[in-house]
Amino acid sequence: MNGLFSLIPLIVFIPFIGVLINLFFGRRLMPARDSIAPGVIASIMSGGAFVIAVLMWIGLLVNPKGADVPFLTWMNIPVGNLTFAIPWTFKVDTLSSVMMLVVTGVGTLIHIYAIGYMKGDVEEQATKRGFSDQEATDFMRRRFPRFFTYLNLFLGSMLILVTGNNYLMLFVGWELVGLCSYLLIGFWFDDPVVGISNSSAGRKAFVVNRVGDFGMVVALALTFWTFGSLQFNEVFARAECMKTKSQAECLTVGGDQAPTEVTPAEGGAAVSYNTPVSFGGFSAPLSAVVTAITMLMLLGATGKSAQIPLFVWLPDAMAGPTPVSALIHAATMVTAGIYMITRSNVLFSMAPASGNLVAIVGALTAFVAATIAVAQFDIKKVLAYSTISQLGFMVSAVGVGGYAAGIFHLATHAFFKALLFLAAGSVIHGMEHGHHAVSHHGHDEHAEEHAFDPQDMRNMGGLKDRMPITTWVYIIGALALAGIVPLAGFWSKDEILLDASRENFLVYILLTLAAFMTAFYMGRQVFMVFFGSPRTEPAAHAAESPSVMTTPLIVLAVLAVIGGAMNLPFGSLNFLTVWLHNSVANIRIPAPGKDFSIVVALISTVLALAAIGASYLLYGQKPLSEGQPDPLAATGPLFTFLNHKWYWDEFYAAVIVGPYKAISAFLANVVDWQFWHNYVHETLITQGLYIGISGILSQPIDKGLIDGTFDGIGKLVRSSSGELRRTQTGYVRNYALAVALGVVLILASVMVFLFRAR
Amino acid sequence: MDETLFLAPTSFYVVLSAILFSLGVAGVLMRRNAILIFMSVELMLNSANLAFVAFARSFQDVGGQVFVFFVMTVAAAEVAVGLALIVAIFRTKKSIDIDELHNLEG
Repeated sequence: MNGLFSLIPLIVFIPFIGVLINLFFGRRLMPARDSIAPGVIASIMSGGAFVIAVLMWIGLLVNPKGADVPFLTWMNIPVGNLTFAIPWTFKVDTLSSVMMLVVTGVGTLIHIYAIGYMKGDVEEQATKRGFSDQEATDFMRRRFPRFFTYLNLFLGSMLILVTGNNYLMLFVGWELVGLCSYLLIGFWFDDPVVGISNSSAGRKAFVVNRVGDFGMVVALALTFWTFGSLQFNEVFARAECMKTKSQAECLTVGGDQAPTEVTPAEGGAAVSYNTPVSFGGFSAPLSAVVTAITMLMLLGATGKSAQIPLFVWLPDAMAGPTPVSALIHAATMVTAGIYMITRSNVLFSMAPASGNLVAIVGALTAFVAATIAVAQFDIKKVLAYSTISQLGFMVSAVGVGGYAAGIFHLATHAFFKALLFLAAGSVIHGMEHGHHAVSHHGHDEHAEEHAFDPQDMRNMGGLKDRMPITTWVYIIGALALAGIVPLAGFWSKDEILLDASRENFLVYILLTLAAFMTAFYMGRQVFMVFFGSPRTEPAAHAAESPSVMTTPLIVLAVLAVIGGAMNLPFGSLNFLTVWLHNSVANIRIPAPGKDFSIVVALISTVLALAAIGASYLLYGQKPLSEGQPDPLAATGPLFTFLNHKWYWDEFYAAVIVGPYKAISAFLANVVDWQFWHNYVHETLITQGLYIGISGILSQPIDKGLIDGTFDGIGKLVRSSSGELRRTQTGYVRNYALAVALGVVLILASVMVFLFRAR
Repeated sequence: MDETLFLAPTSFYVVLSAILFSLGVAGVLMRRNAILIFMSVELMLNSANLAFVAFARSFQDVGGQVFVFFVMTVAAAEVAVGLALIVAIFRTKKSIDIDELHNLEG
C-alpha cells in the first residue's frame, strides 16, 4: 500500500495551494460584495486534505505499521562526530492519521461555517466603521479572502506539525501555527473600538507561546546532543539502546529499531538509568538528561496547550473571530502539546518524575480553569476556560501514561468543543441581528450608540424559542462536555479518570472535582442563555443563523453523540486503543475486564448529574431576570476572585510585565537615549571628536599651514620680484656699467683659465 | 733698410690701446651728454683698430689691417644711426641728458 502513502505530501500542499490562490487572486474571485468564492475554494482545499487523510486511514487499515515517506532533504550538516540530518519526511502512522483526520475533518466543517460567519462579521465591521457602499464592497473584497488565506495557512501548518517525522519539522509546524494564531486573533486589528486590544491579544498569544518555545528549543538541542539525531525513530531506538549500552555504541543505531512495545518495569518501581551521557565538557546520567528533556518539552506544551503557567493567552485569544476560536483554540492548535507528548512517550516513560509533573500540571490546570469558568459572564470566556480545563484533562491523561485516553479525549473534545464554539458564534450572531433589528425598527433609536455586548450572557435568555437549532446542538455539546452517558465526552473522560485513579490518586481527585464543575458551569451557561425569558430587547429579537452555519453544527452534533463509539471500553470495541497501539509503544491493550470500572463511571455520572441539578436549582428554576446579579455572587469575595480569574494576569503584570517594562524603559531611555545617544554620540563623538578634530584640521592646519604655504609662495614671488625690479632703473649708464662689469668678469675667468692651463 | 731702425715694440701699441680703451669706457660710464658718450665709443673702437694694426705689423699679416676697414665702416654706420636717434630724442625732450631718459624703468 506504499503507493497510497506516497500521496501524503499532498495533505500539506493542497491547503498551501489554497493559500496561494486566495492570496493572489482573492479579490478577483469576488466580483460582487456577496460573492463567497474564496471561502468555497478554501473549504474545497480543506476538504481535499480531508480526502487525503481518509486515504491514509484506508492505507493504514491494510498496513497498520504505516510508512515514512521521504520528500526532500532539508539539512545535512556534519557536527563533530554527529550529523545534523533533517529530512522533510512525512510520517504516516496511526497516531498521525488520527490527528490528520481530526484536524482536517473538523477543520473542513469550520471552513464551511466560516463562510457564513465571516460574511456577517465583515458586514458588521463595515457598518461599525460607517463605510459607504463602495468602501464596504472594497473592504469585503479585501478582508474576506484574507481570512481564508490565514485559515488554510493554519491548516497546512498544523498538518506539517502532525506529519513530521522528526522534532524539527514538528517545531516548524509548531511555530507556524503560532504565527497563524497571531494573525487570526488580531484579524480585526483595526476595529475602531477594540482594535488595539485585539492586536494586544494576538501579541500576548505569540509572546507567551514564545516562552514555551524556548523550552522546546532547549529540549531539541539536548535531544540532539544526547541521541545524535532528531528523527523520532532514531531517538527512541537510541534511547532504548542506551538503557543498557553506552552512549557511544548507541549513536549509530538506526530508526528501524525503535521500540514498538514497552513492557512496564517489574514491580512498577521507577528505574533509574545511569548510562553516562557526555556533553563534551561534562557528563550526566541518562535518567537526569531524559528528565530534563521531557520537562523542557512540558514547558513547550504548557505554552502551546495553555496549561499552568502559560495559559493566560487563551482567554484573550477569544478576541478573534469565533471560527478561529473553534478551530485553533479548541480543536487543533492547542492539542499540539498533547500530540508531542504522546509522540515522545518513550522518553516520558524513561523519566517518571516528568510524567508525574505533567499529570499534576494537567490536573491543577483542569481544576483552576474549571473554577474560573464557573464565574465568567462572557459566553466565549466560559468556553475558553472550559477548553483550558479539558486540555488539562488530556495533559494529565498522557502524564499518567494513558496515551490512548488522552488522544481519545482530544478527538471527542474537538467535536464537542468546536460544536460549542460554533454554536456560541451562532448565538452571538443572533444577538447582533437582534441588536440591529431593535435599533433600526425599535423604539430605542439610540441603541447603536449604547455599548452593547452581544457576548454577555446576562444580556441573553430565552433564546431557545428564537434559535431552535442552535439551542439543541448546544445542549448536545454541553451534555457531551459534561460527560453524560452515552455521549462522546463520557467515554473519553471516563477513560481518563480510570487511568488517573489507578496511577495517581491526587490527580484523580482534582480531575473529578473539575468534572463536577464542568457539568455545573455548562448547565449554568445553557440555562442562562437559552432558557427563561429574554433579558434584553436584542435577545427578544434574535434570529436563527443561516443553514451554511447550522449545517456544520448539526454534523458536529452527530459526531458528538456517536463519537464515543471510537473507543468503547468493552472487550474488542476499543478500536482507537488498538489502532494507536501500532504507533505508540507505551500503549498497552488492557486485559479484558480491566478496561472499565463501574465504580469510577458511576461516581463521575452521579457527580455530573448532581452538578446539572445544582445549576438548574440556581439558574433554571428561577431564571435570572434583567439586572439581577448572579446567585453565586452571594459568596462575595470568592466569586470576585474566580471572576477575576484568580488575579493571574494581574500577578503576571506585577511580577513579570511590570519589571520587564521598567527594565526596557530604563534601557531605552537611560542607557540607549541618554547615555549612548546623548552622551556618547552627541557629546563625545560629535562634539568632542568630530567637531574637535575637524576644528583642528580646518583652522590651524588647513587655513594656517596649507593656505599659509601657498600664500607664502605667492608672497615670496611678489617680494622677490619687487626687489629684482629695482635693477630695471631705466638709466642707460647703469646698464652700461653692468655690461662693463660683466666683460671684466668674463675676461678675468678666461685669463684665470688660460693661466691655469699653463 | 737695415735692422737698426728703431721700431716701437708691439707691447707699447697694445698698452696704448688698452689705455685708450679704458678711457673710452670711463667716458661712456661717466658722461651725461649723449654725444660725448658716442665720442667715447668711437675712442674704444679706435683703440681696437690700433691693436689690430699693431698686431698686423708684428705678425706681418695684412688681415689685421683689412679688418680695420671693416671696423671703421661699422663705426661710421653706427654713428649715423646713433646721431639720428639723438636728434629724434632732442626733438621730443629738448635735452640729450641721458639721466633724463628713464621711462623704461621697473
